[in-house]
Amino acid sequence: MNTPEALEKLFRSGKLSRREFIARMSALGLAAAVSPALLGTPALAASPKRGGRLRLGLNGGATSDTLDPGIQLAMMPQTLVYGTLANSLTEIDADGQPQPELAESWESTPDAKKWVFKLRKGVEFHNGKTMDADDVIYSLNWHRKEGTKSAAKPLVEAIVEMKKEDPYTIAFELASGNADFPYTLSDYHLVVGPKDTNLAEGVFTGGYKVETFEPGVRAFCTRNPNYFKSDRAWFDEVEILGINDVNARTNALKTGQIDVMNRCDLKTVHLFKRMPGIQVMRQDGFKHFTFAMRTDTAPYDNNDVRLALKYAVDREQMVKTILRGYGRVGNDHPISVANRYHASDLPQRQYDPDKAKFHLKKAGLSEATFKFHAAEAAFKGAVDAGVLFKETAAKAGITIDVVREPNDGYWNNVWMKKPFCAVFWGGRSTEDMMFSTAYAKGVAWNDTFWDHPRFNELLVAARAELDEQKRRGMYVEMQQIVSDEGGVVVPMFSADLAAASDKLEHGKLAANWELDGFRAPERWWYKS
Amino acid sequence: MELLKFNGITALVLKRVGLGLVTLWVISLLIFVGVEALPGDLAEAVLGQSATPETVAAFRKELKLDMPPHVRYFAWLGAFVKGDFGNSLANQRPVVDLISWRFANSLFLAGVTAMIAVPVAVLLGILAALYRNTLFDRLISMATLSTISFPEFFVAYILIALLSVQVVIFPSISNINEQMSFWQKLYAICLPCLTLAMVVTAHMMRQTRAAIINILSSPFIEMANLKGLRKLRVVVLHAFPNALSPVINVIALNLAYLVVGVVIVEVVFVYPGLGQLLVDSVSKRDIPVVQASGLIFAGTYVMLNLLADVLSIVSNPRLRNPR
Repeated sequence: MNTPEALEKLFRSGKLSRREFIARMSALGLAAAVSPALLGTPALAASPKRGGRLRLGLNGGATSDTLDPGIQLAMMPQTLVYGTLANSLTEIDADGQPQPELAESWESTPDAKKWVFKLRKGVEFHNGKTMDADDVIYSLNWHRKEGTKSAAKPLVEAIVEMKKEDPYTIAFELASGNADFPYTLSDYHLVVGPKDTNLAEGVFTGGYKVETFEPGVRAFCTRNPNYFKSDRAWFDEVEILGINDVNARTNALKTGQIDVMNRCDLKTVHLFKRMPGIQVMRQDGFKHFTFAMRTDTAPYDNNDVRLALKYAVDREQMVKTILRGYGRVGNDHPISVANRYHASDLPQRQYDPDKAKFHLKKAGLSEATFKFHAAEAAFKGAVDAGVLFKETAAKAGITIDVVREPNDGYWNNVWMKKPFCAVFWGGRSTEDMMFSTAYAKGVAWNDTFWDHPRFNELLVAARAELDEQKRRGMYVEMQQIVSDEGGVVVPMFSADLAAASDKLEHGKLAANWELDGFRAPERWWYKS
Repeated sequence: MELLKFNGITALVLKRVGLGLVTLWVISLLIFVGVEALPGDLAEAVLGQSATPETVAAFRKELKLDMPPHVRYFAWLGAFVKGDFGNSLANQRPVVDLISWRFANSLFLAGVTAMIAVPVAVLLGILAALYRNTLFDRLISMATLSTISFPEFFVAYILIALLSVQVVIFPSISNINEQMSFWQKLYAICLPCLTLAMVVTAHMMRQTRAAIINILSSPFIEMANLKGLRKLRVVVLHAFPNALSPVINVIALNLAYLVVGVVIVEVVFVYPGLGQLLVDSVSKRDIPVVQASGLIFAGTYVMLNLLADVLSIVSNPRLRNPR
């Protein structure tokens, strides 16, 4: 009766209390903390099974991809590097909370400026080296070394100092307080590889090792037998295929050549749902589309003009036609219902031609024509969304001229150049990251060139605030400010649709990224 | 005495090879100028929406994109002449590694398709000429012309719907890899092969038919008919050899198309060929890869055209021994 298995059984059936269970496990010389029995319900509900090959057919791979964690630009490398091969210090769980991954625990000073992270011991890289603080510091510095090309540079630049206190403890000092620092460290760029190696070689700590990687075509990985998580990475092999054509992905899943696909075709997904043997998964995440207006350029520097355009969008109609119902209406700010501090009490902005007319008149621009620039490269359906916008705006007496731009070079030649254009945002898991990336004064991707003193002040204050209640109040106020005075129309949040063979099983899906936070290869398993 | 060996064909081949090299050089220049003329560069194209001035500058500096275009072109040309294709700008892999196995895949698909399509097309062409203006001729023409008139992807989707979804015979994607055996690969490419065969057959078949019919109105065919030879013998032994030259030319063109023009089929069937690489590289402005694949495509055309000319000459005694 005293084997760990027997104890777990007793605990699960309720014959042992949690306290007794931990005590008796400790008596056996085992740390109960590693027992999957203590890990919440998904692991209990259906006990996962090892084995099999997971074949993912993914949109978002190019022949120019690399394994360099700093340059992860599309879904295929992101799923491969972050979801399959590597780990960060923290990870985001299905409830959107940061959980320890390579870090074991952390604490901060009350101003959230200094953080101490304890690292997990006994973690091995794919090359056999044991991970310690030096590797973590090296990997984070990878993104800000001389001449780095990393997109994560702004994230790590906020760290003033990283000090190794002992081989498994790192003290971080930040330029300013950041209560979300554990979230930041879960970023998919900030994975840990061995010190003094080229991180683009693909040697990390994750549940699988890369065997072959042909950018944009195929990656093949086998299970890492020394993986530090015993309750993850259930498959023997993971194969990721780059399939950019949605019909090819759909056919491949239908005919059983792949087990998982991302980004279903919105037009046919209702038929797909009816197919036996297929499960369609919907995630309402952070992904949203915006119509960005340059607030430093006339006439968009006038808030009445911006409000007029905001009232001229029929959001319900957009979700219905452009997203075919697979999304939610936006409220002219970038915070999603999946975020912690989403302002659910904020009144939903409705389509209101009269108010639009009123604000336009107030701005003295009743006769103006607005040029709206869009291309399919901005997001799928952007041009259609523009045309729909034009129609609803016409009823408010606003003339919108939809300019169709070429897909090629859209992000360099149109975005942040033209005063009014369609934009795609993958969104961020925290309010602070989203606002600091695209709404704070002077940041590189502030595509509305917006500068609101009260907003900027709140942004810094909220970042360092550890009191939940106060923090919520600040973020709600900021959402209100962006909605009423910001430079963006946020017509809709788009849901992510993925489909998989129903032989696969998974717990509650994390919403921070597509396919369970990119982590399907690590978190899912085959039914027995 | 040595000069005598340089008879018609050898001289022609040498001359054409020389001209071919000049063509390739001009093409390399055109490709370079073309890619340069596209808006943006690799740094901006790769980073896309996540580009910041800082990362773009870091990219440019590392890849020497901040140098003037002519310096970069001659640096590339100098290395290329020495047999160094350079590295991909986007992921630093040697271009040879990126291209060689994909080109082998492209040749594999083109080769298998040609082995099916060429005999079928020639045979159908001969039969159509033999029974010209009959119902049979019309049916063949109608069928092959219909398959060529549909866009490739449409033919491909129809085949997938019929042979992969309705009746599960062939796989819908053909992502062959090195872990597969030859027969597995062959099985995997059945559908793209069939699609391409249907697309190229019509052209070759029509040309064969037209060439033979053209010959059939010549006096020597009339003579053969008057002698009372069987129709089949007249067409196959008398007319067909004389119609070879145009047929060879159209086959060469179609073979070249099979190697270089099958991007859409590659996308639909997720086939890892050279076409997809070229498209990706152009959109990412990855000049070394674009150059190398562009030159391979151009080289394929030059080679196949040269081969077609040589074969036309060899097959025609009047050209073989010019007076």
